[in-house]
Formats: sequence, structure tokens, C-alpha cells
Amino acid sequence: MSLAGMTSKPWIWAWAAAALAFAATLVLTQGRGAGELAYAALSFGAFAAIVGLGQMLVITLGPGNVDLSIPATMTLAATLALKFMGSDPGTALPGLAIALAVGLGVGAANFALIFLLRLPPIIATLAASLIYQSLAIWSNRGLRIKPPTGLAEFATGRFLGLPNVAWVGLALALMVWVLLERSLWGRWLLASGQNLRAARLAGVPVEAVRAATYLAVAVFAALAGYLLASFSGGAALNMGAEYLLMSIAVVVIGGSSIAGGNSNVPGVWGAALFMFLVVSMLNSYGAAAGVRNVLTGTIIIAIVIAASSRRARI
Amino acid sequence: MNRYRILLPVVSLAVLLGLTFWMQPRAMSYFGVNLLFNLAVPIALATVAQMFIIMVNDIDLSIGAFVSLAACVTATWLNDAPLIGLLAMAALILAYAGMGAVIHALELPAIVVTLGMSFVWGGLALFLLPTPGGAAPEWLRAIMKVKPPLVPMAVVAALLIAGVTHLLVIRAGLGTVLRGVGGNPRALTRAGWNVMQLKALAYAGAGLFGVLAGMALVGLTTAADANIALRYTLLSIAGVILGGGEFTGGKVSPVGAVIGALTLTLAASFLSFMRLSPDWQIGAQGAILILVLTARLIFARRGETT
Repeated sequence: MSLAGMTSKPWIWAWAAAALAFAATLVLTQGRGAGELAYAALSFGAFAAIVGLGQMLVITLGPGNVDLSIPATMTLAATLALKFMGSDPGTALPGLAIALAVGLGVGAANFALIFLLRLPPIIATLAASLIYQSLAIWSNRGLRIKPPTGLAEFATGRFLGLPNVAWVGLALALMVWVLLERSLWGRWLLASGQNLRAARLAGVPVEAVRAATYLAVAVFAALAGYLLASFSGGAALNMGAEYLLMSIAVVVIGGSSIAGGNSNVPGVWGAALFMFLVVSMLNSYGAAAGVRNVLTGTIIIAIVIAASSRRARI
Repeated sequence: MNRYRILLPVVSLAVLLGLTFWMQPRAMSYFGVNLLFNLAVPIALATVAQMFIIMVNDIDLSIGAFVSLAACVTATWLNDAPLIGLLAMAALILAYAGMGAVIHALELPAIVVTLGMSFVWGGLALFLLPTPGGAAPEWLRAIMKVKPPLVPMAVVAALLIAGVTHLLVIRAGLGTVLRGVGGNPRALTRAGWNVMQLKALAYAGAGLFGVLAGMALVGLTTAADANIALRYTLLSIAGVILGGGEFTGGKVSPVGAVIGALTLTLAASFLSFMRLSPDWQIGAQGAILILVLTARLIFARRGETT
């Protein structure tokens, strides 16, 4: 198999799996509710896709690079933004600015730990996430502040038939794709992920690339948290919890290599849709929560096994 | 080298313990110490489980879900029908060994496979206990509540766990070979070892300690639910690293891992003595982790220059 064939194909599998889950659900309803299902998948998939895109960039940096602070960042950004907005109309944009600033701060703190203290990224983001989590608990104090109505309407609204959050997710995906495939920075990122030492010797500013990547993942997580809180009517302390595993799962199912140096933007969206569709498929077949989880896990592993045997040994 | 590796975890635990006693002298008693470290026993066991995985250069994102499942089995089957319960536990350990073998044979990334398995364990736990409940077997509760003379149960348990795993992993020949899987698997293959079997064995060790962690947890809480130990995943990784372990090269310390778990537990309760808001309990664990690792960096740099 040619190199181009190997690197361009993996995303097909995530989309095929998503289509399969979609079709399997519709078989049961005899084709009714197809539009609603697709709409829901795009809405909920958008959050997974946004955090997945960030996680993908980090994982692309190579072995050992993964951001475990995504859930805490989402919660902290959403909590602080909503607290600032306090349901007042017309505060949506300053609120967004606060969420993004939280993202930048978190990303900078994470990278400082990694760079200055030479901590392995897993342990640095883990330790820092515990602190972010405490910050969120402390500033939230169990309050549930509603987002401003205009913002809530935007987050749950649609444009040209697609959910607004999906438009945001698609725009980000396009941006990341262009950055990775067409920009110098993207080439640097891929080069660093494939061989850090070689990239450094070739004159790639490796540490700057790493810093930008850890900032990007945190900003993406903060944006996802802001949108999710607006979408679901407020920030909750456990709102990010499921996105830790989700963010890694969509990257891997999407066909990006967990060993780094090879990322796949369309695959992340395909996998994000799949993760939602597989749950709704199991739901519509009447599977209980336990069975649903077991099957979800089995399917994830099956896809990883299929992907690894197809990709051959390089 | 190993001797210095253990020094920092010991010192950090001693400092933290000293500060706690200084601020709350009443904690310096049989019951005080027991209270401080009671919940550390299952965390220490889970940390040792994680250590078995990190020892072979992998990472386990499912240990929290697995301990939760073991806790649910303990609170249901092991209580109602001990034989079935024991068989189920054996099956869980075998499943872990199988997971290790599959990861090695198909060259899968452990981080993803364990992530998928965490859904499976969580699902099985929900299946067993859809709502929180169950009951701890009488004998298990008795073990966890036993009051040995002079030193409280939690300390005895920690010493026991550290001692046994030290013998298994550092002293025993097989333990050395297992650490070699993380150090240089190719050399082991050349020396005639079957690395797949060794990896399965390391994972079985993790499964065994994961099961023990679940049992110990139920012995303390007397009931279980499907999410009871989810936070153990991150705590156990932190504990291993805090105890001087490294992610690659089979460089782990069982005694350090137990101490790391104790330190993290103490960090959480330390704040209540400082009369700080409990909001910061989780954050304190993060801060301690960063502090100790910073100290390690400073020592390592000094080691380089001298």
C-alpha cells in the first residue's frame, strides 16, 4: 500500500461506522426520524469534535503527549464565563472572551509545567487539572447560573438546517485542517510528532510548536465548555467528565495515530458522530445502560484492532 | 539508584505528616492516624495495580472502572454466593491477563484499549448494581475494622502491601524479568523469554491488585456503586509517579507507589486541618504532586552537576 493511501484512508472507517449506526437505528424506526437523529448527532457530536480536534493536535506531538485536563478546563471556563455573564443579556461576547482567556491561561500553565519542570505531559496536565477542578468548585459553589437567553438561543439554534454548534465545530475543523495541511506550522507539528530530535536538528522551533499546541487544546476545550454550558442551560461541575475518554476515543477511532505524527481531521468528526449514533442506536434497540456501555467499549476496541491490522506494521 | 529513588517520596510523606501533627496534635494518636489513612488502603492497592502496568511501559485508563466493578462484585455476588463471587474475581483477573496478551500480540496502544475496557467494566458494574447498594461480606468488614495493638490497621495494611509487592517486584527473579519487559523487551526475547506471557502476567498482577482494591473499598464503605472508584484512575497514575516511578523503562518502586498513595490521601485531609475550604481538597493533591516533582527535578539537576 502506498504511503498516501495509508495516510488518507483511515477516516473512511469512522464515517462508515457512523453511517452503519445511523442506518441500524433507522431500520428499527422504519426510516422515521432520520432528520431529527442526524440533527441531534450533529449537535452533540460538535462538542466531542471540538475537544477531539484539540486532543488530536496534542496526540500528534508524539508518544506521551496527551491532555488530561480537558474536562477540568471545560468546567472552569464555563463556570467563570457564566458567573461573569450572570444571565444578563448582551454579555455573550465578553463571556466568550473570558472563556477563551481561561483557555489560554490553562494552556500556558500546562505548558509551563511541561517545559519548566520537565514533567511528562500526562502527569503535568493531570496534576494541573486537579487544581483547575478545585478552582471551578470554589468559584461555582453549587450555583447554577443560566446563560443569557440570546446565547442559549444561539447554542440551541440552527442555521441553514444545521445546528449552530455544528457550524462552529465544522469551522474549527476546517481551520485545523488548513493549518495542518497547508501551513508551515502544521508541517512543523507533524515533523515534531514523527521525530522530535530530527525536527529540532532540522531547525524546527520544537518548543514553540509544543507551546502553541498545548495552548490550542486548552482554548478548544474552553470554547467547548462555554458552548456546552450555553447549550445545556448552565455549567455543572461534572459537565466535562465524559469528555476525557471521549476526546481520546474520537482521535483514535478517527484514524489518527496514537503514536503521533499523523493526524486526521475528517476522522475526528466521523468518530464524534459515531460515538453519539452508537449510543442512540443501542438506546433505540432498548439496551440498558450497562449493556450499552459494554457494547460501546467493545466497539471501540474492535475498531482499534481493525485499524491497526489494516495499517500494517510500518 | 533505587535507594535514592525512594528517598524523596519518604521525605515528602514525612514532611506532610509532620505538618499535620504540628497543626493538629490530636491526630497523633491511634485513632487519628487510622482516620487519616483509612481510605488510603484501597487507593494504595489500586496504585500498585497501576504500577504493574506502568512497569511494562503501558498506562491503564481503566483501573478506576475496574476497581468499581470489583467493588460491585464484592458487594453482590461475593456477599450472596461466595463461590460464584470468587470465580467472578478469578475471571476478572484472567480478563486483565488476556487484555495484556492482546495488547502485546496485536501491538495495540494500551492507552486506547484500556480506555475501551473502562466502558466495558463500567457497563458490567452498572449491570450488576444499577443503583448504589449491596452489602459488604461480614468477614471483609471485620478484616478492615480489625484493631491491631500499637499500630492502626491502615498502617499495618500499607506496610504489608509495600512489603509483599517489594518482594514480588524487586526481589523475586520473576519480578526482575517483568521490569525488564519495560526496560528492554528485545533483550528478553533474545534471552528466550516469551514477552507476551510476561506481559499477560504483569496485567494479571494489576488485575489481582485491582480486585483487592475493590474488596478493601467495600470493606470500608460497606456498600458499592458503579462509579465508586472512578477517580482512582488518575490518583493511581499520580501515586506511581509521586513514588518515584517513571512512565518508561520499567523504573518503578512498589514501596514508593504505596507511599505516593498515602501522600495523596493525606494531602486531601491536610487541608481540613488548615481550616481551608474543602473545595480545595482535590487541588491540594495536584499542588503536592507538582511540588514533589519539582523537588525531584532539583535533586536530579544537582545529581547531574556533582
